[in-house]
Amino acid sequence: MKEFGYQRAADVSGALALLDADPDARFLGGGTNLVDLMKTGVERPGRLVDVRELPLDRIESTEDGGLRIGATVTNSDLAAHPDVRRNYPALTQAVLAGASGQLRNMATVGGNLLQRTRCGYFSDVSKPCNKRVPGSGCSAIEGEHHNHAILGASDHCVATHPSDMGVALTAFDAVVDYETVDGPGQLALTDFYLPVGDTPHRETALPPGALITGVTLPPAPVAANSRYRKVRERASYAFAIGSIAAALDVQDGVVRDVRLAFGAVASRPWRAHAAEQALTGGPVDAAAFAAAADAELAAARPLPHNGYKVTLMRNLVVAVLSELAEEAGR
Amino acid sequence: MTTTTTGTRPAQAVGTAHTRVEGPDKVTGAARYAGEIPFTELAHGWLVLSTITRGRIRSVEDAAVLEMPGVLTVLHHGNAPRVDTGYTGMMGMSPDPTIAVFQHDRVPHAGWPVALVVAETSEQAREAAEALVVHYEEEPHNVTFSGEHPDAYPAPGVGGPGVTEKGDLAAELAASAVVLDAEYTTPEEHHNPMEPHAATAHWDGGRLEVVDSNQGTLWVANELANLFSLDPASVRVRSEHVGGGFGSKGVRAHQVAAVMAATVLARPVRVVMTRRQMFSLAGYRSPTTQRVRLGADAEGRLRALEHDCLSLTSTVHEFVEAGAGPARVMYDAPAHRTANRLVRLDVPSPTFMRAPGEAPGSFALESAVDELAEKCGIDPIELRLRNEPAAGPVSGLPFSTRNLPACFREGARRFGWADRDPRPGVRRDGRWLLGTGTAAASFFVGAMPSTAAATAEADGTFTVRINASDIGTGARTALTLIAADALQVPTDRVRVRIGDSDFGPAMIAGGSMGTRSWAWAVTAAADALRERVALSDGIPPEGITVRSDTTDAVGALAQKERHSFGAQFAEVAVDVATGEVRVRRMLGIFAAGRIINPLTARGQLTGGMIWGISMALHEEAIRDEGTGALYGADLAGYHVATNADVPLIEADWVDDPDPDDPVGIKGIGEVGIVGVAAAIANAVWHATGVRHRSLPIRPDRVLTAGPHA
Repeated sequence: MKEFGYQRAADVSGALALLDADPDARFLGGGTNLVDLMKTGVERPGRLVDVRELPLDRIESTEDGGLRIGATVTNSDLAAHPDVRRNYPALTQAVLAGASGQLRNMATVGGNLLQRTRCGYFSDVSKPCNKRVPGSGCSAIEGEHHNHAILGASDHCVATHPSDMGVALTAFDAVVDYETVDGPGQLALTDFYLPVGDTPHRETALPPGALITGVTLPPAPVAANSRYRKVRERASYAFAIGSIAAALDVQDGVVRDVRLAFGAVASRPWRAHAAEQALTGGPVDAAAFAAAADAELAAARPLPHNGYKVTLMRNLVVAVLSELAEEAGR
Repeated sequence: MTTTTTGTRPAQAVGTAHTRVEGPDKVTGAARYAGEIPFTELAHGWLVLSTITRGRIRSVEDAAVLEMPGVLTVLHHGNAPRVDTGYTGMMGMSPDPTIAVFQHDRVPHAGWPVALVVAETSEQAREAAEALVVHYEEEPHNVTFSGEHPDAYPAPGVGGPGVTEKGDLAAELAASAVVLDAEYTTPEEHHNPMEPHAATAHWDGGRLEVVDSNQGTLWVANELANLFSLDPASVRVRSEHVGGGFGSKGVRAHQVAAVMAATVLARPVRVVMTRRQMFSLAGYRSPTTQRVRLGADAEGRLRALEHDCLSLTSTVHEFVEAGAGPARVMYDAPAHRTANRLVRLDVPSPTFMRAPGEAPGSFALESAVDELAEKCGIDPIELRLRNEPAAGPVSGLPFSTRNLPACFREGARRFGWADRDPRPGVRRDGRWLLGTGTAAASFFVGAMPSTAAATAEADGTFTVRINASDIGTGARTALTLIAADALQVPTDRVRVRIGDSDFGPAMIAGGSMGTRSWAWAVTAAADALRERVALSDGIPPEGITVRSDTTDAVGALAQKERHSFGAQFAEVAVDVATGEVRVRRMLGIFAAGRIINPLTARGQLTGGMIWGISMALHEEAIRDEGTGALYGADLAGYHVATNADVPLIEADWVDDPDPDDPVGIKGIGEVGIVGVAAAIANAVWHATGVRHRSLPIRPDRVLTAGPHA
């Protein structure tokens, strides 16, 4: 393991200055992913700037009735917050579906969004990987890929984004707030992650040296009737093979508002706009749900061993929307 | 317990629940493991493993690394001490050449040890090891295991001959009213004991001392003596506490590399494997492809049984995963054929892993029997009872005891089997389809010669020394109970010391034979000591010590079929829309000899059953054909059951003392895992109507298989 420097930042401007001064420095949040990657040699920063003590650990209501979540809020605190549980239940469920209690106590909201793929080729420095070493090749496309992407991937990389939290945030139109030495900025979460293309090593649209300061959730009445379902290969402590964040508002037997996002199917949390469009204003029944799923999954490009994800996501859309419809009808 | 076990001797402590004697040390951290025992002047070695799968080492660029902070030496094939591998070891096998590290430039598999970097600190060693550049001449490799290997050959192993056959298989199959012919597969599986392999070697006044984590100190000591051409008496190996072994903790590259470095540097050297290195260096269970053909009459009585099991081994060492073994014990038929076949590929050497042979073999055989029962329209327990053999199907020898029917009857009663609707796919709880399944379990038991010393101390206490290993099973505690009863004193007057090769020859912790073999020697020593003490005129200050050796007594055992048996029951829930399979409850009833300590025995049996859940649903090492190495070789990528996967689970036993053992013991180390995967797969069929013949039963496989048979 490479020797590295460590400094704790006292405020945001100090953190930005420390990072700006050292091109080999990285921000450290809870360390639940970065430190693992340092142990395996995937990440080799010369310096860590610890931002976990920054005063960004609050969840506050916004004037318009949304929520602003500080970047250093732990996953545990996010999941437990009363406003989150009441207004965005799928977000609480998503966070609690991830990792373990100990990890959620450490992991931060900002770090969660920036965690790296769990593709086994990415995490093994003895194997080629375009995301880790640009141009070295993708081992997964011809190799093991039963848990890789079916949507939005490219010939250069088929890795998935591992976050559960990000799937729920994506469904609810979250916006990422950040600071740079040149001032603040914002990115919609749907624009935050870059398309894979031929640059899978470039994952986000954050400017160089930027620090995520928080995530803003706009008000979304539909989110009160929402659900996160995660399918994984064991009952706990595993990344998803497919997950869904869904919210449904039904009025007079017609879909008035709907939100759908998929996890574990793409390089980013996948907002299912096509499915939402197909559903809005339409009937509330399994056939409509299935047709909407098919509309979204028409773009799927499965590999030889992950085609089951198309079936899985279709089944999840139908199952979870049916549950939400039943609850809305009560 | 449903029945109390009765032994052949008066029992006070044996049969009563006793917490581990070293439990307080373990939970307070006072118990030190091999990788954390302090040594002065300790240096740290870090293994460097090959990044290619087949070829030659062209050069090891150690010059740059030797300049790095703290680096003391780099050992590789160009400079390492030579070792001798031309011997037959304690286990009756030639050593796996993987342990003869740094002897030549050949690389026969991915993750082959090519160098050891030794430095003042573990961190320095690791950084230097990761910086070490090794140039290779790479050759094409073949790591692809499938059912189609024209060069596969029948191979004998610990499980017996490669092939056994009697009767006319084709004729009996043709004459059978019901025939089943199915192929089953199990994947590569890894032990992953919680404590990684760790050894510290140092020379002490001309004697080699190794502090290690292993399943048998004398085993390791003998192998090291052979490898380094040392007088066996000049090698001492100690292994006080072991955080799990499961077959993986014999002689491995780390001990040999540590001895080499300690010799070269003349100071203590510790080598600890990383979790990822364990996936290459600690052995594993071979994948299997198994074909089972069963022919039965209309009443479900077998006329023909064939079980063929193909497994793989490395190009440098022969190890057979004898999956056809259970068929040689469980079921007889006029035509009966079993074969264990092997193919050699460019992969690391497999080894013993909990219930070697029986674990994957029982998945195929017990799934096939369930399928046969379905075809015959007979309850699967009833079909098994109709096929209970009177003697060993292959050996013709009598069974020492065979209380399998009692296990099934007791298990069926407690599990509620009588109310079971045999139809598949008709029970639902919300999104979950429910089903139940059962399977039989067996594992060979035996005793191996062992020695023990029992001392009556002047203060009225007793010390028993035996080179046993407690790999987490509770062996130290079990032997304390056995010694106390044999000495006819309370347990708090007995201390049992284990895990030291200086204590003399004894069986390793393996093959479900440890406790029985050690108990025999302890009992013999204690009996003799009681007689000596009775005749003596008080205890002198140095105490009175008596030694035992069971070589003659064990050698005089009559030839019999000796096995522990069990009946496994599982209830599962399957969501066919997502492919998720969850076990809801499990029950295992065992006939496994006299149970010494119900507390730790139950833990060992349920531990095996939980591993069976893992085997059925989770565990699968994926070999990447492109690189020849494993994909996701860590505990994030290689899934084992979590607490949330483990349901209500019970293990219990029926009265089954072994009549030929002084304490009535058989063995419980392995039998707990046997049959579990089949019971779960049979339950998945009962839930969904779909047979899963490939493990693990992952969600993608359930989804791909579809909702109906």
